[in-house]
Amino acid sequence: MIPNQTTLPKKTGKVKFFTTLSMLLIIIVVSAIITDVDIWQLLTNLGQAGYILEQMSHPDWSYVSVVLGPLVETIRMAILGTAFGAILAFPFSLYVARNMESSKAVSGVLRFINNIIRTIPELLLAAVFVAVFGIGPFAGIIALAIFSFGMVTKLFFESIETIDEGPIEALKSSGANRLEIMRFGVIPQVISYYWNFVLFAFEINIRASTVLGYIGAGGIGIFLSRALKQVRYDRVAVIILIIFVVVLAIDYVSNKVREKLS
Amino acid sequence: MATIQAASEQRPVIQLVNVNKTYPNGVQGLKNLNISIGQGEFVIVIGLSGAGKSTMLRSINRLNEITSGDILIDGQSITRAKGKALRDIRRNIGMIFQSFNLVKRSSVLRNVLTGRVAYHSTLNMMLGIFPKKDKEIAYDALKRVNLAEKVYTRADELSGGQQQRVSIARALAQEPKIILADEPVASLDPITTERVMDDLLRINRELGITVLVNLHSIELARKYGDRIIGLRGGELVFNGPTAEATDSTLRAIYGEAILEEEDNKGEA
Ligand SMILES: Nc1ncnc2c1ncn2[C@@H]1O[C@H](COP(=O)(O)OP(=O)(O)O)[C@@H](O)[C@H]1O
Ligand SMILES: [Mg+2]
Repeated sequence: MIPNQTTLPKKTGKVKFFTTLSMLLIIIVVSAIITDVDIWQLLTNLGQAGYILEQMSHPDWSYVSVVLGPLVETIRMAILGTAFGAILAFPFSLYVARNMESSKAVSGVLRFINNIIRTIPELLLAAVFVAVFGIGPFAGIIALAIFSFGMVTKLFFESIETIDEGPIEALKSSGANRLEIMRFGVIPQVISYYWNFVLFAFEINIRASTVLGYIGAGGIGIFLSRALKQVRYDRVAVIILIIFVVVLAIDYVSNKVREKLS
Repeated sequence: MATIQAASEQRPVIQLVNVNKTYPNGVQGLKNLNISIGQGEFVIVIGLSGAGKSTMLRSINRLNEITSGDILIDGQSITRAKGKALRDIRRNIGMIFQSFNLVKRSSVLRNVLTGRVAYHSTLNMMLGIFPKKDKEIAYDALKRVNLAEKVYTRADELSGGQQQRVSIARALAQEPKIILADEPVASLDPITTERVMDDLLRINRELGITVLVNLHSIELARKYGDRIIGLRGGELVFNGPTAEATDSTLRAIYGEAILEEEDNKGEA
């Protein structure tokens, strides 16, 4: 179709791909040496994995009734944590977005604080709150709330910064005040993003909340840790299956809703 | 203190007094403008792109700050107004933009209702509660621009011309004394251009709203304007009834370029 195709310059992509690949290999080998990974031990332990899998293939179904309560608690932790974080993130994002005419100094400080919050891993947060508030779901909820807050705020204020400024100007020229401009000029443009990010945070929180119990922050995680310690892989299998089903179901519903939103 | 010009016999609703505007980068947008516009006039502002038309219009409702001088709306200085007083003056001035500036995801009704926002308490507005009367006002405004049947359509499903007429309805819902239109037809084709300009003229004639329109096109200016204001490099170079804005007068002021604008419009 196109004449003189031979004059088309070659893509440089291939060279780049191989450079990246060899760099990656070097990094992996070097880090294995540094961290003393024993390849031999890795291989011998594979035998044990076979034993575990065998145990897991006979789940202790009677255990379902025991972990159902903690499972509900796990889901409730995720819901509450997401909700608290998301509710706080909403006004916060509207304030710190650079196009919202807020005090530059104040919103700069707030953005900085948010960045710091986001660098702290959830598990660390939960561990700290377990130390402060004691063992139980409250610590988990606070940790999830802070994590959700950081994440939703970051995503949401960045999407606020990309909105069409036209409606803001139109509202301003009609005599609307700042809050009214946000209510009618900004929020209608970004509200569907917000719900999207909240659901996204919820999906992550459901996964995270199953692990939080491990460090005493409530939910099903504590049962997982107990079953592992007791070498009851038949129970571990039940817990993992239940978590798997719940995560899958929630992801499915959440994805459907998010599709509707966009 | 204000010098009211003979050109407007009516009570002036907009007065620019020694208005200067220098942008932070040193560009002088407006140079010592003295203009008075009377109640119910249909005035068209012309000038090449960069002449200061937008700067002037946006100074009138103070979307731009001016550097010196004063602008009076109905005798009241908008330049010195603050907070609620400024917003109350703005509420009386509808504005129409080249890019329509609608909330694209919202319905036509929702967009027109935003023209009512400044009439109500912030609390009610946060809850999104508009009185029934407002919906009637919004619907009437849509009828005036012949878009009553689009009331529940999403704004981005309309054509450019229809969107611009929704934005006219939004300005009308403000029940303003003045409408400012900054190149309202620059992104529209000739037929929709005519509809939009006709709507503006009808609003002016039927409701007595003072209308000030920035235009690129001399031809349109002559067809619709009672009066033409000509700007060049931020200065007032013409201010008189449309009949006086003959080709030879305009050529003397602007050179040939102004009469050719028709062919290369599209720049704001
Ligand atoms: N925000 C701004 N900052 C600096 N200069 C500006 C700004 N807006 C407009 N100008 C300059 O002011 C002059 C008048 O612009 P404008 O009022 O937009 O003209 P017009 O609407 O007639 O095309 C131009 O020289 C333009 O470059
Ligand atoms: Mg312009």
